[in-house]
Amino acid sequence: MKNLLRYALTRILLTIPMLWILLTLVFVVLRIMPGDPVSAMLGGHAPERVIEQKKEELGLNRPILAQYLDYLGDLARLDLGNSMIYNQKVSQPLLEKLPATLELTMVGMAFTMLIGIPLGAYAASRRRTGRDFGIRLFGNVAYCIPVFWMGLMLQLVFGIWLDLLPIAGRTGPRVFVKDFQNTGFYLLDTLLAGQWASFADVALHLLLPSLTLGIVLSGIFIRLTRANMLDTLKADYVLAARARGIPERRVVYGHALKNAFIPVLTMLGLQFAALLAGAILTETTFSWPGMGRLLLERIYLRDYPTIQGVIVVFAFFVSLVSLAVDLIYALIDPRVRY
Amino acid sequence: MASPMAPPTAAGSRFSVAGGLARLLARFGAAHKKYGVEWWILIAGAVVILFAIFMASFPATLARYDPLDQEAGPQMAAPSRAHPMGTDNLSRDVLSRMIHGSRTILGVAFAAAILSSLIGIPLGLLSGFAGGPLDRVLSLIMDSIYSFPGLILAIAFAAMLGPGVVNITLSVAVIYIPTYFRLVRGQTLSIKEELYVEAARAIGAPRRTILGRYIFPNVIATVVVVFSLNIADAIMTEAALSYIGLGLPAGIPDWGMDLSMGKKFLPSGVWWMITFPGAMISLLALGFTMLGEGLSEILNPRLLEK
Amino acid sequence: MTETASIEPILRIQDLSIAYPIAIGTVRAVEKASLELSDGEALGLVGESGCGKSTLGLSILRLVRPPGRITAGRILYHGRDILAMKENEVRRLRGRAITMAFQNPLTSLNPLYRIDRQFLETIHVHEPAAGRAEALARAQRVLSELGVEPRRLAEYPHQLSGGMRQRVMLALGLVMDPDILVADEPTTALDVIVEAGFIDLLNRLRRDLNLSILLITHNLGMVAQVADRIAVMYAGKIIEVGSAQEVFHHPLHPYTHGLIHCVPNIRLDQEKLATMGGSPPDLVEPPRGCRFHPRCPHAMDICRREEPRFAPPRGAAPLAGSAVAAGPTSPAAAAPAAAVHRVACWLHGGGA
Repeated sequence: MKNLLRYALTRILLTIPMLWILLTLVFVVLRIMPGDPVSAMLGGHAPERVIEQKKEELGLNRPILAQYLDYLGDLARLDLGNSMIYNQKVSQPLLEKLPATLELTMVGMAFTMLIGIPLGAYAASRRRTGRDFGIRLFGNVAYCIPVFWMGLMLQLVFGIWLDLLPIAGRTGPRVFVKDFQNTGFYLLDTLLAGQWASFADVALHLLLPSLTLGIVLSGIFIRLTRANMLDTLKADYVLAARARGIPERRVVYGHALKNAFIPVLTMLGLQFAALLAGAILTETTFSWPGMGRLLLERIYLRDYPTIQGVIVVFAFFVSLVSLAVDLIYALIDPRVRY
Repeated sequence: MASPMAPPTAAGSRFSVAGGLARLLARFGAAHKKYGVEWWILIAGAVVILFAIFMASFPATLARYDPLDQEAGPQMAAPSRAHPMGTDNLSRDVLSRMIHGSRTILGVAFAAAILSSLIGIPLGLLSGFAGGPLDRVLSLIMDSIYSFPGLILAIAFAAMLGPGVVNITLSVAVIYIPTYFRLVRGQTLSIKEELYVEAARAIGAPRRTILGRYIFPNVIATVVVVFSLNIADAIMTEAALSYIGLGLPAGIPDWGMDLSMGKKFLPSGVWWMITFPGAMISLLALGFTMLGEGLSEILNPRLLEK
Repeated sequence: MTETASIEPILRIQDLSIAYPIAIGTVRAVEKASLELSDGEALGLVGESGCGKSTLGLSILRLVRPPGRITAGRILYHGRDILAMKENEVRRLRGRAITMAFQNPLTSLNPLYRIDRQFLETIHVHEPAAGRAEALARAQRVLSELGVEPRRLAEYPHQLSGGMRQRVMLALGLVMDPDILVADEPTTALDVIVEAGFIDLLNRLRRDLNLSILLITHNLGMVAQVADRIAVMYAGKIIEVGSAQEVFHHPLHPYTHGLIHCVPNIRLDQEKLATMGGSPPDLVEPPRGCRFHPRCPHAMDICRREEPRFAPPRGAAPLAGSAVAAGPTSPAAAAPAAAVHRVACWLHGGGA
């Protein structure tokens, strides 16, 4: 265990410079816009005096380096600033909407793995047969389908034509969120409050959007799992296991898959970024009240502090997941820590 | 030897692009026996792409209606013989918008890919070849950008730069620079260690020569594959940006934008406004992906694996 | 056949052929190979890299990797053809009646599983009714037999030394008390001192457990210390078989002769190392006639045209007490089956 802790510490320390670069990047990007954000905000014809005053208020007149240091300082204190449009702290709508996005992303990730990994393993075990090609084709096509189109088509088929599933929002009209509002993760909250009908409603609302994410991103997992499985199945220990009479299914799923899983796990960390991006598009399609929609809404309103805040939070989560994946990797593969 | 995809028409000289590509493909002709399925994947991808390029090159000839014409037919009509893909809420012909839209999306995707590679490749070569602190700093920056969700970065850029074709191209281009950088840097690093490079250095070849004559040609093969896959990705990113409204001004026919408009009318059962644009985006992305994958198989063959 | 069971070899490979298709043709890895292994005997199968001996070893348990395929022949274990069995039956043989030990012990053990887990799995597969404590006890016993401390059970493969890993792998193969051990280059990845220990181990196991061993290797030194009989393979064909004594001291086939004399001998006053000219033939389009003829210093015209058949050398007297001398069906005294020295070479009659 000591080794694991030491590895964890090193890994955490490594995350800091990368996070810092990302935050700097966000800072830079959000200040490259042509023109003046303040005059845009106030409508192009506000008097000079008002513009200057507003700029002073927002600290936009200070030298860029000072602004940068302020920015970093605020972030270190976990202060994301105040909205330029509404009278609220940036963190307020953010924290409200964060669970919605996280819930969608996590369930989406679960679907991705549930679809991608078994299909990839199966394709590897039936190499170069019709089923293998079929699965690979599916994976390739799924990956090339824009996630928002997949969402729209699923809505069309299951929501409009078959009228089976809801296509917008997190809850239906007959469910009152305040009855169970707790962590913000509705699946969890409804269970905690013991409201089974609400749980079913929330789950149904979650189904199409997360399935959309799951199907589109499963393509990568199918391919990666298959490739790794093919390599693993050629390994000596697989041959040795077969030579001891271990049944084929156990060899494939017990021995080979566990070894093949490790690089797949790393891919999960990388794919999380893609999942977040996909979540934004999915939120738009399904009117899902999450951070993605918040971002787009505030872009339209030119509320730069909030825009910055949302992107910072995204950057933070991406780093966090990447760190977590590396740690889990160390947990599974004993060679890393001994 | 003639490529199966060049359609017959009088304007012969206009097909130099298609002809050139066909000649390139013919060079692979003998290889089809060896490579089986991968070969057909490559062909399929190439067919799709050539078809799309053709569509994008001569939209006015192929489209029956003006894509901006708001009186092309009945409003929101389902597909019919007059309008094979139906009409939208502004009574514009969807098929014509599809054909014209191909030019937009391909244009942006190509331009973005070229721009990315023009920046990423030299940086990668430089970084890999020079090594030292420059390499470390550049790598750290590029890795950080790479790990960040590309779309979100593109959204941030697009939001800041505002609408317009150039801005969209820039936004899309930025997110792929690290891809080329990493690829080229990696290859440069491994080739740098090869003996023949050491030999070249030993006989006093200037660094420029080493880079140009030894490292670059080896890298080029992989770059071509990545370029194709890059375009597929750029297509999807451009469509995504337009879908969320950060794309092009209304006057330019754009598939992503059409999708976002169609979304509003979906609950009323209007399926043709979303089905066709989305299918076109997918098809195009698939075409480039298949080309890239097929090329990858052929350029890095795994002969003994049957 | 039961009266002659003591003479009937425990494993008999008849006219086995294995081929695998590649992009440019079909590799004929093994062609019409025949071998016999008697109960309690150690047979060494030698040849250079790529001659097909490993493939032959794998084929016994039907472990040849696709696209490789067994195209002809029979493999009789206690008289039953393994190649005709259903997959289930073969699986029951694996690790239990016939077991294999492989070349690279690090990659032959699943790096993610602890040693005890790997034992438990093997035992449980063959005897689902065995309890955990009982299974662990058996694992400990077999490990002690092989000189590995039981505490190693709680470790991971990468924590063990190479020699120990090889013993663990062997133990995994022996835990179910098999009759036959097929060892494919078991010490190639180990240093000579460890190898010496391993050789002692093999000999001890043969004595104590009456284990029959098929030792596949290119290491003639090891073969000399372990094997009762030796089979020589070249380009997919078995070209000579005989007792270890006979093959070493009176090699018949020019290739065997070359092999044995290639091994540097510290007692001889050698100034130059002896080598054999040429290189192994293309197995997609093997040479016509005898496959060795392009490299053979004694090649004759007939060697280039026709393949010699595998038979006792012309004019050789059958060894006293051998099955051939006594007649095929009489219960000769416990002489190992086919102790006769046989060769496939025109110099010795070519079976004509």
